Amino acid sequence: MGSRSSHAAVIPDVDSIRRETGFSQASLLRLHHRFRALDRNKKGYLSRMDLQQIGALAVNPLGDRIIESFFPNGSQRVDFPGFVRVLAHFRPVEDEDTDQDPKKPEPLNSRRNKLHYAFQLYDLDRDGKISRHEMLQVLRLMVGVQVTEEQLENIADRTVQEADEDGDGAVSFLEFTKSLEKMDVEQKMSIRILK
Amino acid sequence: MLRAALSLLALPLAGAAEQPTQKPESLGEPLPGLELFRWQWHEVEAPYLVALWILVASLAKIVFHLSRKVTSLVPESCLLILLGLVLGGIVLAVAKKAEYQLEPGTFFLFLLPPIVLDSGYFMPSRLFFDNLGAILTYAVVGTLWNAFTTGAALWGLQQAGLVAPRVQAGLLDFLLFGSLISAVDPVAVLAVFEEVHVNETLFIIVFGESLLNDAVTVVLYKVCNSFVEMGSANVQATDYLKGVASLFVVSLGGAAVGLVFAFLLALTTRFTKRVRIIEPLLVFLLAYAAYLTAEMASLSAILAVTMCGLGCKKYVEANISHKSRTTVKYTMKTLASCAETVIFMLLGISAVDSSKWAWDSGLVLGTLIFILFFRALGVVLQTWVLNQFRLVPLDKIDQVVMSYGGLRGAVAFALVILLDRTKVPAKDYFVATTIVVVFFTVIVQGLTIKPLVKWLKVKRSEHHKPTLNQELHEHTFDHILAAVEDVVGHHGYHYWRDRWEQFDKKYLSQLLMRRSAYRIRDQIWDVYYRLNIRDAISFVDQGGHVLSSTGLTLPSMPSRNSMAETSVTNLLRESGSGACLDLQVIDTVRSGRDREDAVMHHLLCGGLYKPRRRYKASCSRHFISEDAQERQDKEVFQQNMKRRLESFKSTKHNICFTKSKPRPRKTGRRKDGVANAEATNGKPRDLGFQDTAAVILTVESEEEEEDSDSSETEKEDDEGIIFVARATSEVLQEGKVSGSLEVCPSPRIIPPSPTCAEKELPWKSGQGDLAVYVSSETTKIVPVDMQTGWNQSMSSLESLASPPCNQAPTLTCLPPHPRGAEEPQAPLYPPSDPHPSFAFPPSLAKAGRSHSESSADLPQQQELQPLMGHKDHTHLSPGTANSHWCIQFNRGSRL
Repeated sequence: MGSRSSHAAVIPDVDSIRRETGFSQASLLRLHHRFRALDRNKKGYLSRMDLQQIGALAVNPLGDRIIESFFPNGSQRVDFPGFVRVLAHFRPVEDEDTDQDPKKPEPLNSRRNKLHYAFQLYDLDRDGKISRHEMLQVLRLMVGVQVTEEQLENIADRTVQEADEDGDGAVSFLEFTKSLEKMDVEQKMSIRILK
Repeated sequence: MLRAALSLLALPLAGAAEQPTQKPESLGEPLPGLELFRWQWHEVEAPYLVALWILVASLAKIVFHLSRKVTSLVPESCLLILLGLVLGGIVLAVAKKAEYQLEPGTFFLFLLPPIVLDSGYFMPSRLFFDNLGAILTYAVVGTLWNAFTTGAALWGLQQAGLVAPRVQAGLLDFLLFGSLISAVDPVAVLAVFEEVHVNETLFIIVFGESLLNDAVTVVLYKVCNSFVEMGSANVQATDYLKGVASLFVVSLGGAAVGLVFAFLLALTTRFTKRVRIIEPLLVFLLAYAAYLTAEMASLSAILAVTMCGLGCKKYVEANISHKSRTTVKYTMKTLASCAETVIFMLLGISAVDSSKWAWDSGLVLGTLIFILFFRALGVVLQTWVLNQFRLVPLDKIDQVVMSYGGLRGAVAFALVILLDRTKVPAKDYFVATTIVVVFFTVIVQGLTIKPLVKWLKVKRSEHHKPTLNQELHEHTFDHILAAVEDVVGHHGYHYWRDRWEQFDKKYLSQLLMRRSAYRIRDQIWDVYYRLNIRDAISFVDQGGHVLSSTGLTLPSMPSRNSMAETSVTNLLRESGSGACLDLQVIDTVRSGRDREDAVMHHLLCGGLYKPRRRYKASCSRHFISEDAQERQDKEVFQQNMKRRLESFKSTKHNICFTKSKPRPRKTGRRKDGVANAEATNGKPRDLGFQDTAAVILTVESEEEEEDSDSSETEKEDDEGIIFVARATSEVLQEGKVSGSLEVCPSPRIIPPSPTCAEKELPWKSGQGDLAVYVSSETTKIVPVDMQTGWNQSMSSLESLASPPCNQAPTLTCLPPHPRGAEEPQAPLYPPSDPHPSFAFPPSLAKAGRSHSESSADLPQQQELQPLMGHKDHTHLSPGTANSHWCIQFNRGSRL
């Protein structure tokens, strides 16, 4: 996968990163390569600008939110471990029987963490709940322009109500998880190359 | 070339054959002079026989399904083959020679296309493309592997002396045989797997393989056949290269033909608005044209029609009307099922014809063993390679099912029949072997695969109703994955899918879809829509007539206050569709905030009375009008809904209403106030409201807007009576009650005093009880959520009929009565019982807004010019209403 020319040694703290994210050495090398490519000025970290330069992200309806997810707590920069930590959510879940990485208590790519990553894209105000308003905002991004605001609201209402179990008019993470009970999240939130 | 030649062979099913029974004998001795009665069997013989065969097959199907036990154990295809055997035996016994058989021409030109079209059109495209890599591998590599190994192994068997020497075949003949026997057959696979219900991934891989391997089969068969005909000595090295090249030509060419026709089909359906009745026909014609074109160019016809179905579906479904969609679906299913039935039955019948085949145990047994063995081996090897690249590896059980599910069928049979006996001396042996292989795979494997799947505990497909959350989150996940691939810099599947979707959205859909059709294709919307219909239906089923005023609550809208002001404004700008019951409420609104709330309320309850379909009486053969029963059902449905709604309203407002005004008054009233409507055009917004009589009415759809000649009578069924109420800004300030507005049958709402306006706003009072909601199961609905479901259902129902954007306003008014003369054939609208739909312009609320806003509205107003041709303009205002109110009636001229 990764080019042999670069060596894992160039990555600082490579072992702790591997332990935390579960990435293979090859993947880490590849990601490190990518990280440096994105880092235009060789400053050793990425800023929002760096990520915004990725062309396809600009047209992605969730692009901004995903960029934002790389910068937790309003920080302005993301270093390599932080970069990889976010991407680790998308590492495929490996079978237990294939004895690759010993499972840690809660690896970043667990179902729960994958869901949590998606959840925090909805939950803009970080109150642990997707309010109707937040749902509406996402829907506005996702649904085609041809649906009127009024209908969007209906959809948002309905979506919230569908998932809302305790009747607080918002979707908590628990409810979010429940609404996706039947979905194969492990599969749908994984990218094969991120082994 | 091969298949093009088939058309010459294509005789109508059994048409050439003599009728073996006594019918021809009764042809009648010539009568002298004028014949009173003439028996003209020969003139109708061919089509008659075809019809009879299909009838027999259908009746057989009915008989099979009389016993659920039998059909649950034995696949239908097995039963049909056995039936064919019996029928063939009877025919043989009666006529002393086998009469009917599966003609390759008939098969390829008439029987196969419907099945392939059906499977291509209804192929779950997302699933298909998700697994495209695996499907292509199995289809191309797997088929090549099967063909060569089977052919070579049979040749080896012959060299080893295990095949009788009378089977005169060389290596090339065996490779030819291997190529035709190796392909998994779509018809057989579909017939068996549809009853087995394995999980979707497994199904799509096996089934996709069976469809796509046609190209490989055709090429291999053609190449081997021509090599055999040339004689192995004359084959040059360049011929091999040509053979390889033709693989690409045939497959890519076939796919290209399919896509071109898919494009044409989608484009054509974009313009069928006025001739809805031929929409289904277009789908079939163009798909069939794709098949024939590919056949003509000796490309892979199956691939062509698969790609055509796959490619056009999204656009076609969006373009054609709801009824056409249903028609397409059922016709396609009927044709496919019919063809499938006939194929299996004829397969059985064909087997009886012993003159065509010669038995050799070594060859038959060898072939059976080899195809099973090499299929399994091929699957294991390919899966091993594929699993290196698959996110979700195919496990051993999957591999077993895939190996075992490699059924052979009628394609192999038809191909083997096509062999030239002079060139392939062992043809008869091959025919016999093919028949045995087909029978073995369809009957033995078909019978045992179900228990096997059960025994292996293969993951079954689970059907759960889609929920809005799932749909939405699935989209989110897709976008997230695409974004992550961008970040990682890997242009993988998600990247390209995302790219494609953007391209599709920007260009293809714009080109191929009607403007009004975009929304329908939005999947989130689609789920929402279907959920609402379901809820509405179960709502009524549960006895919408029971007025439990206590159980009703408005949908809770907890975050109402966080609603950005801007979005409210947006909302007002939207000329979406909605219906409003209580026209008065808005009068009372004072503050801007309240006004917005009120408007919001109207918007949100907007869906309540938007009928979904309207119809007009028509004697035209080009338009189908609903029959009385259907109408009645709808009436009942809507009556129920209405009653529910009324009770809901009264609860909501804590006011007891009496329907004080007798209905006749409303007509009189309408006639009074003619004037100001035109003067007060704020941005009109049509809020359809439905009268008690529950005639199905709608607002104009956006489509009307596209063409200006709206007066023409041949509209699609989107017309309705539109009733627009407007108010000048003074109305708002005066806050007068226009009590007479209860033209609508719903209880009049006593206008709340400004002070209590807040209380009256439904969401405010509803704050307390946040209810619980929309059940995800079809069958049950919690009473509390009824209102919600109801609101949403109706809004979605109506909004389908009337796309939200650019709602065509109706600025003109027509009196309800004169219409009797205009539409003598509209029995649904007795003059005494007018069925207007009420519309409510947001301009009411907007009137007080700033000039900047209203100026912003101006362009929109222009867009919103009346689109329907209005014959007369009469403005009527409700009696007690002050003159600033006017209600416009707009009857679609086509009603």
